[in-house]
Amino acid sequence: MISKLFKNVFLVDLFQGLWVTFRNQDPKRIYTEQYPAERPKVGERYRGAPRLNINPDNGETLCISCNLCALACPENLIVVTSQRNEVTKRKDLTTFTYDTSRCMFCGLCEDACPVDALELTQDFEMASYTREGAIWDRQMLEEGPKPTQYKC
Amino acid sequence: MPEATFLDATELVINMGPQHPSTHGVLRVILKLDGEKVNGTECVIGYLHRGVEKIGENRTYQQFAPYVDRMDYVAAVSNGLGYCLAVEKLLNVEAPPRAQAVRVILTELNRIASHLLWLGTHALDIGAITPVFYCLREREEVLKVFENYCGARLTTHAFRIGGLQYETYDGFEEEVRKFCDWFIPKVDEYEELLTNNRIWVGRLKGVGVLSADECKQYGVTGPVLRAAGVAWDLRKAQPYSGYDQYDFEIPTAENGDTYDRYTVRMEEMRQSTRILRQAVDRIPSGPIMGKVPKVVKPPVGEAYVSIEAPKGELGYFIVSDNSTQPYRLRVRPPSFVNLQALDRMVRGGLVADVVAIIGTLDIVLGEVDR
Repeated sequence: MISKLFKNVFLVDLFQGLWVTFRNQDPKRIYTEQYPAERPKVGERYRGAPRLNINPDNGETLCISCNLCALACPENLIVVTSQRNEVTKRKDLTTFTYDTSRCMFCGLCEDACPVDALELTQDFEMASYTREGAIWDRQMLEEGPKPTQYKC
Repeated sequence: MPEATFLDATELVINMGPQHPSTHGVLRVILKLDGEKVNGTECVIGYLHRGVEKIGENRTYQQFAPYVDRMDYVAAVSNGLGYCLAVEKLLNVEAPPRAQAVRVILTELNRIASHLLWLGTHALDIGAITPVFYCLREREEVLKVFENYCGARLTTHAFRIGGLQYETYDGFEEEVRKFCDWFIPKVDEYEELLTNNRIWVGRLKGVGVLSADECKQYGVTGPVLRAAGVAWDLRKAQPYSGYDQYDFEIPTAENGDTYDRYTVRMEEMRQSTRILRQAVDRIPSGPIMGKVPKVVKPPVGEAYVSIEAPKGELGYFIVSDNSTQPYRLRVRPPSFVNLQALDRMVRGGLVADVVAIIGTLDIVLGEVDR
């Protein structure tokens, strides 16, 4: 009887309920991402937008046109064409097409590349207004996607 | 002849799904109702059919590995493990001990993630909103481990034939250990919310009873079978990937109703944590990739490997004709087989229980339709 009065006067139940609410407000455990304002930090090994790496010293592509990525791809979405260079006796890369609309980011092309030229990067904003925009050519692959940055 | 009116209808046939939110995907159930009572059901599946088995016949062994993740997308790691083990059996190679330990850790984490998603959505179907937020919060921690380990959260493609592609990252063991310590109180929290909740017990006790004999007749496996009192777990019955080294129990229950399946799955999460703790403490050092040729060309033969996926027995049957592509690839998905028992469990019950029973079967339509 007394305890019930005590509970009623001091709103014990209310505070018990609020305690549960506040217990779950730990800022360390907030999982909501303020996405356009803050870009989420994806894992180091994240398999996102493909990139064709270039040699930073001279800007030449690292790709040796070996076609292994195209053979490894389950969806056959990589097309590599090359031309034999008569001076160096090597294959020179002419075009490299990567159809991101069919890509499932399994990472098999990346694993197959013997010179680490093709890489799946941490970029994940690859939307396009057209289907053709999802098919990336060599220039796009080297530069990477340039998404609009939003600030709140 | 007098015109039949709506009220004259003794049996009403209605469609549930494929857009119904609590069919967990695109399952269509045709219900024959007599008032609130369900007189019979018919499942219509195939809305998510992608022909995964046929795709398998047209891809090389390595190329097919990402596709298996897309069957049971909630437990992609377990799917990958089953496929890799099947091809390894064909090739007669075994993953190195280090790879096996890491595989066990990732599959057990995936079991926890799968059960968490099941618990959240199942509780949501019954009407408890809170658990889904808690469960997805904890699942996020598991998915972070996956993302840091292999770069993807859901369709992970974590394992390769013969071992692993990726070495564990710095702080992997620490992160898993921290997760285990943090996770057990969370399970207690869910139990606090649900186990003795009157509405929860009232909605689940005695609903969708499936006895042990019926389970065996239907070929139902996984937590549904264990809730009926059969201690059958492939991790113990035919240990794979070094599961015989770990000390854990098979949780069982007696009645085989929806409530028992809930308690079994809750206990399974605890047991998974127990396996995780043991596995992290003894990850051996060494190589992570077995001796697998670059071009996988298994000798002529066939192999069937089944593993204990979160939903039940997941089997892969592969026939090889000594080429780079499987001659035939057959998947035995646990969800598809478990779904057969739906009619038996629902018949005679109330229409409101259909939702509870579909939830408790823990089906993923990506796996049912393949």
